[in-house]
Amino acid sequence: MSTERNYDEQLTVKFTYPMPYRWSVGEHGSVFFNEIKKNRRFVGVRCPSCGMVYVPPRRVCGPCFRELDEIVPLTDEGTIVAFSTVNYPFLDPATGVQRPIPYTYGYIRLDGADNIFSHIINETDVSKIQVGMKVKAVFREPEQMQGNIQDIKHFDIIG
Amino acid sequence: MSRPVGIVGTGQTDHKSHRPDVNGREMIREAVTRALEDAELSIKDIDAIVIGNMDHFESINYVDTWSVEGSGGVMKPIMKITTGGTTGATVALAAYYHVASGLFDRVLAIGWEKNSESDTTAAIITCSDPIWDRFSYSGAIPSLATEATAYMKQYGATQEDAALIAVRDRNNALNNPHAHLQRPITVDDVMNSPMLAYPIKLLDVCPRTDGACAVVFAADGVAQKLTKQPAWVKAGSVRHTFTWFGDSTDYDRGLVSLQRASAEAYKHAGITKPAEEIDVAELYLPYTYAGLKWIEDLGFCGKGEGAKFVREGNTDMNGKIPVNPSGGVISTNCIGATALLRVAEAAIQVMGKGGDRQVDGAKTALATGFGGCFWSDVVILGAQKP
Amino acid sequence: MNDVAIAGVAQTGHESRKDNMIYADMVFDVVTSALEDAGLTLDDIDSVVTVSNDFLDGRTISGMAVGDASGGQDKNISTVEGDGTFGAFYGLMRVLSGYGASIVVAHSKGSECDIRYVTNGMFDPIYQRLLGIEAISASAMQAGEYMQRYGVSEEQLAAVSVKNHGNARNNPYAHLPMDISIDDVMKSRPIADPLKKLDCGPVSDGAAAIIIASPEIAAKATSTPVWVKGVAHCAEDYMIGDRDLAVPVALKDAARRAYDMAGIKNPAEELDLVELYDAFSYMEPLWLEGLGLAEAGKGMSLLEKGVTTMEGSLPVNPSGGVLSSHPVLVAGLVRIIESVLQLRGQAGERQVKNATSALAHGINGPCGQSHCVWILNKDK
Repeated sequence: MSTERNYDEQLTVKFTYPMPYRWSVGEHGSVFFNEIKKNRRFVGVRCPSCGMVYVPPRRVCGPCFRELDEIVPLTDEGTIVAFSTVNYPFLDPATGVQRPIPYTYGYIRLDGADNIFSHIINETDVSKIQVGMKVKAVFREPEQMQGNIQDIKHFDIIG
Repeated sequence: MSRPVGIVGTGQTDHKSHRPDVNGREMIREAVTRALEDAELSIKDIDAIVIGNMDHFESINYVDTWSVEGSGGVMKPIMKITTGGTTGATVALAAYYHVASGLFDRVLAIGWEKNSESDTTAAIITCSDPIWDRFSYSGAIPSLATEATAYMKQYGATQEDAALIAVRDRNNALNNPHAHLQRPITVDDVMNSPMLAYPIKLLDVCPRTDGACAVVFAADGVAQKLTKQPAWVKAGSVRHTFTWFGDSTDYDRGLVSLQRASAEAYKHAGITKPAEEIDVAELYLPYTYAGLKWIEDLGFCGKGEGAKFVREGNTDMNGKIPVNPSGGVISTNCIGATALLRVAEAAIQVMGKGGDRQVDGAKTALATGFGGCFWSDVVILGAQKP
Repeated sequence: MNDVAIAGVAQTGHESRKDNMIYADMVFDVVTSALEDAGLTLDDIDSVVTVSNDFLDGRTISGMAVGDASGGQDKNISTVEGDGTFGAFYGLMRVLSGYGASIVVAHSKGSECDIRYVTNGMFDPIYQRLLGIEAISASAMQAGEYMQRYGVSEEQLAAVSVKNHGNARNNPYAHLPMDISIDDVMKSRPIADPLKKLDCGPVSDGAAAIIIASPEIAAKATSTPVWVKGVAHCAEDYMIGDRDLAVPVALKDAARRAYDMAGIKNPAEELDLVELYDAFSYMEPLWLEGLGLAEAGKGMSLLEKGVTTMEGSLPVNPSGGVLSSHPVLVAGLVRIIESVLQLRGQAGERQVKNATSALAHGINGPCGQSHCVWILNKDK
């Protein structure tokens, strides 16, 4: 805490310490990151009732309340469904410092999946991005992979 | 089996961007004191309390037990409900069930937030899945921008149409002494405000506010003794349809949760033609485009007709179904209180206590909550005991 | 109160780390198992209450993570942030208001967070939090105050740990079944004076679910219904310095109202077992006093006379209690579940003979600031 304070004003107490966590990824999620590391591609999971292919893979289909276990291999490509280039500054809760801006947040329908996957699109010039464009994932090198979402560096526009 | 329940009093703070003069408990106490005064009750008369907010905006764990000096919960049952942006509505419904169950006669619902105490976007980002979404997520605006873009493309609505919502709500706020933003604006002001994420500009979105709201619910037999005109709860429905961000993005289907929640609520309240049978609506519209699109999901008008419905003045103060006489979320957004303010303002209308923002002869009022993963809550209040 | 039954129950095993499970996995497991236990399907359920805590989960709107897995996608769903007994209270009120059946499901993974930070967050940010106070150090002060007031010794309290860890040996869900002696407790690592390691419950990963049903849905269920006879909760003042930590006034109030509702005049005689929230050894005698089962300062005498052992007239925590398994939030729901299993006669090796009436108890906030008391009975 700062000691240079104006005691004539209403005071505030600062609390700026990060809270540590160790979240489980789960079995289906672990398969997803393993597949990226081994085969540099995505996987989803198919619901046997409604046929939806979800990515990232999860254990339950909400509408059907069914357990899912049919892992479906996908590629490393998809289509932009929506995007937004973020220009406003904010603290990144993961690091406690401001996230670098601008960056483009994208909704991507991976080929073969029915829902969307969100990640970063490697283009901040809005005039060069359009809904419907094809994108391809750029992965970290295997030796740098950590089994987390940043094993995917971003998606490149390929046409 | 369920007994009728009415709202008999409401209280809210005078909402501001920053309240350094009070801590959270003291701010909550302001709203509670006003609600008790409105219902002509003392805290001794309250049998139980429900409170809600979003933890990471102030970083206080166990807000129910932390709050008791402000909420009045010392030696009373107090429970915490938290469902993101919808918190205020789910708190109201929890208070309703406290009374409807027959276990309590007079119950206080409290929603509050001191948004000035943290970085709002950083706190909101922590609602995203830490494994999958948090790395790239940047808060609510990009998702809403996507919804807006899809809507404009589908039905030809324009940025100017959306601006009408901000103009309507911000100008209504001038009649509400509690509202946070009290400066009138024009369509040009909205169009000229800085672009945050296309097509959303600064004046298209809600502010962040410090404030609290409290509402007193009472049982049939008790309510009538406390006020001439209770606002009776006719229906309350919740649909928190999606769990994963990636499942909620088929915007062409409309706001599915609101379609489902309102369909159930209308059924319970016996409403078949919402725009005709509802006299006033307090909608949780976090941004302007929702004011065009979500009234379609509520059935106020047909699909794609939202912009026309608004342009024709149907949602203005003297229109067919006035929307947000209070100034709405665009004018005041203390997040954990926001949806409870919708319920409180709907009750104020039914109770005839709206002052300059009163809709003449309002007998049936609708309030909504929005938040989480495109979730919706719907509460319908009426002058007639159900 | 109208008749309401608990028609289905399920819990995971409680352990230090469920590495392969995300919250939704645990919730799906217990919701599915509770439905199976009840012989009901999701179509019979019209209300869902999830129980979670944003600090524990490291996620604002922590309820969002388990919407699908709880079966709540197209139902009236809400989230209680607090102990599972409070979530169950909300589920009960919904059924009393006309719903057919509520699923109440709680999850927590103490292993994923730093529980010191999380419980430090309960304390006042302006006056207390920067001092580093958290659940254990605050509880140590409460233990000290209780012991000093009534002349209770560390050895006496150690006997609670011995009994409850011993009971846990009969509970396949328990995290820490242990065969220990008073000496073992006394020699265990000092944590915060007067609390030693074996005076403190663990922090566990686990989940639990119950189905609270109207008589109509309960009649449809294949399980033996257990009936809710009385339930109440109450909170006392917040600042530790404003409270008399040795006298649980909120618990007394909640217990009195729950007994009144259930028509219980003499709880010590009318109850057959108690499952209470003993996060630390001293809590068992202190809560027994609050529950009116012992006079002030005499809580330990019940164990010393053998009343609260498995063979006694009022066994307390046949499951091994929270000292043996402590998934935060979930633990209160587990007290209800263990009571239900006892009243159904399905408690296996830990079965209390001829159990008809049981009390389940949960706490919220620092040092038991808020308490919830449930009275359950085999008979309507």
